[in-house]
Amino acid sequence: MANYKLQVNNKNYEVDVDSDTPLLWVLRDNLGLIGTKYSCGISQCGACTVHLNEEAVRSCVLPVSSIGEAKITTIEGLSDNGDHPVQQAWKEVDVAQCGYCQAGQIMTAAAMLKKNPSPSEEEVIDGMNANLCRCGTYHRIKEAVLLASTKIK
Amino acid sequence: MDKALKSNRRDFLKIAATAGGGLLIGFNWSACDSPKMKVISNEEIYDKAINFNSFLSISPTNHVVIFSPNPELGQNIKTSFPMIVAEELDVDWSNVRVQQAFLDTEKYDRQVTGGSGAMPHSWQRLRQAGATARQMLMEAAAKRLNVPVSELKTDKGNVIYGSKKLNYGELANEAAALPVPEDVELKQVKDFKIIGTPVKNVDNDAMFTGKPLYGLDVYRDNMLHAMIQRPPFGMKLKSVDANEAKKIKGVKDVVTFKDNVAVIGEGTWPLMKARKLLKIAYEPLDKELESTAFHNSKFDEMLNSGAAEVKRKDGDVDAAFKNAARIIKSEYQCPFLSHSPMEPMNFFAHVKEDSVELIGPSQTPDKARNAAAEICGIAPEKVSMELTRLGGGFGRRLRADFVEEAVELSKMLKAPVKLTWSREDDITGGAYRPAVKYRFEAALNGKDELIGYKLSGVGMNSGNSTRENNFPAGAIENLEIRSMEYKSSITTNAWRAPITNFLAFAEQSFLDEVAEAMGKDPVDFRLELLDKAKTSPVGEIHYDIDRMKGVITTAVEKSGWGKKQGVSQGFSVYFSHRSYVAQVAEAKIVDGKAVLDKIYAVTDCGIVINPTGADQQVRGGMLDGMGHAMYTNLTFTDGVADQKNFDTYRLIRMKEIPEIETHFIDNGIDPTGLGEPALPPTGGAIANAIYKVSGQRLRNQPFSNEEGMKNLNLGNPA
Repeated sequence: MANYKLQVNNKNYEVDVDSDTPLLWVLRDNLGLIGTKYSCGISQCGACTVHLNEEAVRSCVLPVSSIGEAKITTIEGLSDNGDHPVQQAWKEVDVAQCGYCQAGQIMTAAAMLKKNPSPSEEEVIDGMNANLCRCGTYHRIKEAVLLASTKIK
Repeated sequence: MDKALKSNRRDFLKIAATAGGGLLIGFNWSACDSPKMKVISNEEIYDKAINFNSFLSISPTNHVVIFSPNPELGQNIKTSFPMIVAEELDVDWSNVRVQQAFLDTEKYDRQVTGGSGAMPHSWQRLRQAGATARQMLMEAAAKRLNVPVSELKTDKGNVIYGSKKLNYGELANEAAALPVPEDVELKQVKDFKIIGTPVKNVDNDAMFTGKPLYGLDVYRDNMLHAMIQRPPFGMKLKSVDANEAKKIKGVKDVVTFKDNVAVIGEGTWPLMKARKLLKIAYEPLDKELESTAFHNSKFDEMLNSGAAEVKRKDGDVDAAFKNAARIIKSEYQCPFLSHSPMEPMNFFAHVKEDSVELIGPSQTPDKARNAAAEICGIAPEKVSMELTRLGGGFGRRLRADFVEEAVELSKMLKAPVKLTWSREDDITGGAYRPAVKYRFEAALNGKDELIGYKLSGVGMNSGNSTRENNFPAGAIENLEIRSMEYKSSITTNAWRAPITNFLAFAEQSFLDEVAEAMGKDPVDFRLELLDKAKTSPVGEIHYDIDRMKGVITTAVEKSGWGKKQGVSQGFSVYFSHRSYVAQVAEAKIVDGKAVLDKIYAVTDCGIVINPTGADQQVRGGMLDGMGHAMYTNLTFTDGVADQKNFDTYRLIRMKEIPEIETHFIDNGIDPTGLGEPALPPTGGAIANAIYKVSGQRLRNQPFSNEEGMKNLNLGNPA
C-alpha cells in the first residue's frame, strides 16, 4: 500500500492503495465516484472512460501510480449542472437505453470534441468506435455527438 | 437509487381493489398543506406524497408521483408505463415524477421484465389506475362546486367547470374520502395527449451525470466485497490452496460453497488480484467434458437419428416427399451466446437475524426473493427487495443464481455483501443462448409448387428448439415440425427473443431458398402463402394474417422493394412476442466488396406508446440481431468457454452499423411489447441481401466464420 494524492473534479483526495490499483477502482471503491463504470476491465469497451488532463483514458487499466499530478475529470465533474454541451445533446437526442455505457460514451465524446470541435461524421465514428453499447444506441450516439459539436461552436 | 419514500402518519392511505382485479391504487395526500407557487424539489414532492404501495400518488403541490413496478433494463418501461397512467389521469407530464417501485407482490401482480410481456399485461391496468383517480377527483370537484360531474372536464391536472379551475392537488384530500368507482370511462385513442408523443427517458439526467442507479453502484457501511471462481461446466471442486491469495492486502477471507471458491475483501481490485493466485483443482463429474466439436457431432447424430419429437403435423408429409419432383434441403446452425449486458451480474445481500435485505438488478425479483427466503429458511415476506436500474439484461437476469450466491455469502459471513462478477465471469459463466441446429426440407411437385415442408431442430438444453405454430405453418398442406434437445452440462437460459433469435433467421433464409427454387419473388411467395393460410388454412393458425400482410406491404412500399437500381435487397418478416416486424436489408458492392448499407423495419406493435422509445427498441433489437448473427461466437474446450472478454467475444461496434429506417403501423390496436420482436427478422433480411449481392448463402452463425465471407467486408468492419 502507498499513499497517493489525486485531483479529481477539482477536489483533492488522498488514498492508500496498492500501486497497481486501476484508477477505476480508486474512483468507485475509495472515492465514491460511481459514475465511472466497470464493464470489461481490459480497455475494450470504454465504459470506464475518464479524462486525464484533457485526454480520454480507460480508467480500468490505468494504475493509480501512473497518474502523478495529472488532473482527473469524471462524469460527475464534467459540468456543474449536467449541462455540458455533450450532456445536453445526449438528453435532446434521448440517447440511452439501459444507460450503463453512456457515461463512458459522453466522456469519450467530450474529449474528442475538445480536440476537434467540428468533426465530420466519419471522424465521429472513428472517435466513438472503441466504445461498446450492448443496447445498440450507436445511431443516436453519432447524432448526439454531431449535435453537441453545433452547441460548442 | 431513487430516494425511498418516507411514511408519514399525518397523512393517510387508501387502498382499493378495482373491478379489474388485482390492481391497487393508493392515494396519499398530505392533510394540511396548500399548494405553493414556487419551484418544488422532488424531495419535497416525495415527502408529501407518502407511501409507495401503489401506482400513483398526488402531492398537494399538484405533482403526481407514479410508480413503475417492472424492472427497467433499457426497454424504457420506466417512462412508457407512467405515460399511460398520466394519460388517463389527464395531467401535465412535466408535473409527473417517476419512482421505481420496490418488489411488492401484494400491490403488483407481475414485476417481471421478460418476454416483451409487461406492456400487454399492464396496459389496461395502468389506464384503469389513472382513470379511476381522475374520476374521483372530478367527483370531489363536483361536490365542492355543487354541480353534476357530467358538466366537468379535466385538463393538465385541473378539473374544469366553465371558467373555474381546481387543481388535483387541492382536491386530493376530498377525493380520497370518496368511494372508489368500479366502472370508469377510459379515453378514446384519438383523445390521447401523452401517449403517442415522444417522451424522453425519465432517468436521462441521472444517467448522464453519473448518479447511482445500478446494482454495482450500491455501497453500504461495513459492506464486504465478494468475487467467485466457479467450476468449469461438467466439473466439481476438488481442492483449493488460497495461501497466496490471502496475502493480498485488502483480502479478508477465502471461503468455499457449492463447488465455488469465493474471495472476500474490502474492495474490488484486491479480489481481482487474489483470484489469479488461487490454486484450485477440479475433477470431472461423471459426464464427458464438452467441447464445440462434441456439440457439432451430437447435432448431426441426433438429427440423423430421426428420434425428434413431433411438435406439429399437418397432412401427409411422407406421401408429399415421396411424390416430390424435387426436394430442397438445408441446414442452419448457431453457437451458444452469452447475454453480456454492459453491467456484469452483481447483487447486494444483507442476511440479518430474521430478515434479508436485497438490492440489485433482477428481471425476476420475486423469484430472487423466494430463492433468498429458501436459503435462509425464512418467509419471503421477511425479504425486502429494492430494484435498481439494470445495466442491460437480455434475459440473463431472469435467473436468480447471482442473487443466491450473494445471499449464501452474506449468510455465511454474517455481513452485508456485494457480489461482483467480472466480465470474464459473465461471459464464461453460462446461462447461454443455446446452440441449435436445424434441418429444413421442402418438397416441390413437377409444377414447382410447394407440397411439403419439414423442419427438425436439435438444441443444447434448448427445451423446444422450434416454434411449431409459426408461419409458414397453416399455409402448407403437408408440414411436420420436430424438435429434440441434448442435455448439455453447459447451462442455458432465455436470451432476448428465445429460440426465435436464431430460428427466424433460419426460417426466413430457407423460405428464400424455396422461393428461388420455385422461381418466385421472395415477397410474392410469402404473400401467396399468407393468402393460402387465409383462404384454406391448414390446422391451427397462431398469427394474424392481415397484420403480417400489413407489415409486408408497408415494407415493400417504404423500401421500394424490387424497384431500386444498384442495391440488392433481402426480405424477412416475423411474428414473435405478439408483434409483427418486416425488414428489408440493402447490400451493394463498393470497390469490389459487399457493403450492408441500410435496413428498413416496419413494425406492428399496436398503439405506439412512446415513439422515441419504440424507435430505440427496434434499432437496438436489430443491431443486437445483426451483431450476433455476423460476429459473435462462443466456443468451448473441455467445458470452458474459449472467449472470455470483449477482445475475443466480439460485439457489434459503431463502424459496423448500417443506416436503419423505422416505421410503425398506426392501427389503434392495444399495444404489445417491443423489447424483442425486432431482433428475430434481422439476420434473415441481412443473409438474404448478402445472398443476392454475392451469391453466398449464409447458413451458419456467426457469418464472419463462413467460408467466402472474408472478402465481403460487410458493413465496413474495422
